[in-house]
Amino acid sequence: MTTATVPDHRGRYGVFGGKYVPETIMFALEELETAFDEAIQDKEFNELFQKELAIYSGRPTPLTRADRLSEYNGGASIYLKREDLNHTGAHKINNAIGQALLAVRMGKKKIIAETGAGQHGVAAATVAAKYGLSCKVYMGKEDIRRQALNVFRMKLLGAEVIEVTSGSQTLKDATNEAIREWVAAVEDTFYLIGSAVGPYPYPKMVKQFQQVIGHETESQFKEIHYEKLPDAVVACVGGGSNAIGMFAPFIEKEVPLYGIEAAGMGVETAQHAATLSKGSNGVIHGSLTKLLQTSEGQITEPYSISAGLDYPGIGPEHAYLHETKRVTYEAVTDEEALQALKLLCENEGILCALESAHAVAYSLKLAKKMRKDQHVVVCLSGRGDKDVHTLMEFEEGGE
Amino acid sequence: MNKRWKVFQHSSDYRFTPYIMAGDPCEEATIELSLALEECGAHALELGVPYSDPLADGPVIQRAGMRGLAQNMNLEKTVKLVAKLRERGLKIPVIIFTYYNLLLQLGENRFLKLAENSGVDGVLVPDLPYEESGYLQEMCSEHNLALISLVSPTTREEKLAKLSREAEGFLYCISSLGVTGVRSEFRAGLDDFLKAAKRNSRVPVLVGFGLSTREQIQQFDGSSDGFIVGSAIVKKIEELESDLLTNREEAIKTFKSYIESLLPVYSR
Repeated sequence: MTTATVPDHRGRYGVFGGKYVPETIMFALEELETAFDEAIQDKEFNELFQKELAIYSGRPTPLTRADRLSEYNGGASIYLKREDLNHTGAHKINNAIGQALLAVRMGKKKIIAETGAGQHGVAAATVAAKYGLSCKVYMGKEDIRRQALNVFRMKLLGAEVIEVTSGSQTLKDATNEAIREWVAAVEDTFYLIGSAVGPYPYPKMVKQFQQVIGHETESQFKEIHYEKLPDAVVACVGGGSNAIGMFAPFIEKEVPLYGIEAAGMGVETAQHAATLSKGSNGVIHGSLTKLLQTSEGQITEPYSISAGLDYPGIGPEHAYLHETKRVTYEAVTDEEALQALKLLCENEGILCALESAHAVAYSLKLAKKMRKDQHVVVCLSGRGDKDVHTLMEFEEGGE
Repeated sequence: MNKRWKVFQHSSDYRFTPYIMAGDPCEEATIELSLALEECGAHALELGVPYSDPLADGPVIQRAGMRGLAQNMNLEKTVKLVAKLRERGLKIPVIIFTYYNLLLQLGENRFLKLAENSGVDGVLVPDLPYEESGYLQEMCSEHNLALISLVSPTTREEKLAKLSREAEGFLYCISSLGVTGVRSEFRAGLDDFLKAAKRNSRVPVLVGFGLSTREQIQQFDGSSDGFIVGSAIVKKIEELESDLLTNREEAIKTFKSYIESLLPVYSR
């Protein structure tokens, strides 16, 4: 199919990707690319990574058939890939372990990371504790206020949380600040990016460490269904790391893939994070991709009830898969995601993250239009404990 | 190479290149500050463009960008501002300092045509490294603009030699790692880096990032052909903000005496 040749040697996915960063860190990207390419060719490194995923994060995560939810919804049956059952409660740990092992291999003792809601910050702080690295997490002042619990968790894990007061004080500014810190401390510091974004080779690297999601799903599904593949695969997309990991083995196969963005209050309003539906080509955080911006190129602040999807850009490979139409990208509103979250709770006893609820919501719509003997797999990227406060506020405010 | 660049390159002074943000605190102030800088002996001027996500800049220039944005300053208006500066008699080369996303949205070709016709002499894009700059480089040559190269103490030896050889306008040597902003000390081994840059460069080699005092500037005379001062000047403009808006003549006077206190006497 269309994607066999990406990324090219310049780190391009079609026109997207590349390395739009200050000259000071170009050598570090080259160094990282070399170290990463060597590591993934090294059997020992791969075995270590697989072992850590198993004995530290509890992989493989199960593929659970949502019996009552499928029955209630009608149409195709729905399967949940349970990334919520990972250590620290989300898929983020897969990538954090991979990058931390690489940092150790490269002899780096310090890691820095950006975080929005705090999930990646917690994952980064966790692996820093495990592998004996020092860790600084950059987090917007506004997000620190909204996610006090995760801030406390990071501190418990021994990380230093740095409040970012520039710009709009959220994820995009935290990422800018982490990059600024990297430019200053590049010689001894490893920047652990949390999503499939950033300058090359980050999008490739994050995909590599997240593709365990898709590979496990494929073999688990085949085991249940005698070597068949799912009829559709659905994942939510903010920066796009769980989605690119889930899609990875299916991109070259005849499986319909759906990436679900956050429509917030609706894509027709100004309050959304639907980067592919409403964005245009531009450069953010070192990569040419689709992003939400003004006609003059000022990056605008997105909105979603889910902090993990609240990002004005998207990984460059998603921009490419959108342009080549290999993946269908749709947007789901706050309201639809909340309803899906409740349905999943009531019918399956699973409280999923608000991010994942976007994927669940679309799966329900999709399954309804499909035959009863068909199967939809949805990536349940994280658990919803972190969102209980938001859900309470919404219940109290909305009803 | 145009006439303004020739004057710049043939100067025997220790060249002073200030940076200010367009629209900070308003367009007319930018014009008068630019003219004042030239009167104080600036050899070239870097004009920054306000951007929402300036990831190579420290807090001082970030705040200046916010003030510029509040004035609705943008890339197109910044370029047109240069035409006004030329009408008001500014003779030194002007370099537009812009992040790449702003260039992309205006359109590279549209920008270059406009820049050429407005009396702009060069472009500096801090988030467009050499590896990504092929197209813009080609287009800049067609429009008689210098694409200013930045090199860092972390730039590898071979790349440093190549960028120094190919540099146009001037070669911008970053004094230290990190973003723009005032620093109390500089990196060890900086002189070797500057020497290596000078060895290959056909154009003046300027040192920038973090310079804020006369003593610091003097420290680099001998190892470089000139210097860039950004954050320190922008900080002074921030201090003078209200006067620059309401009592400009007085503010410009104060500004000029600040610049004079900053410059080594022999650089003028």
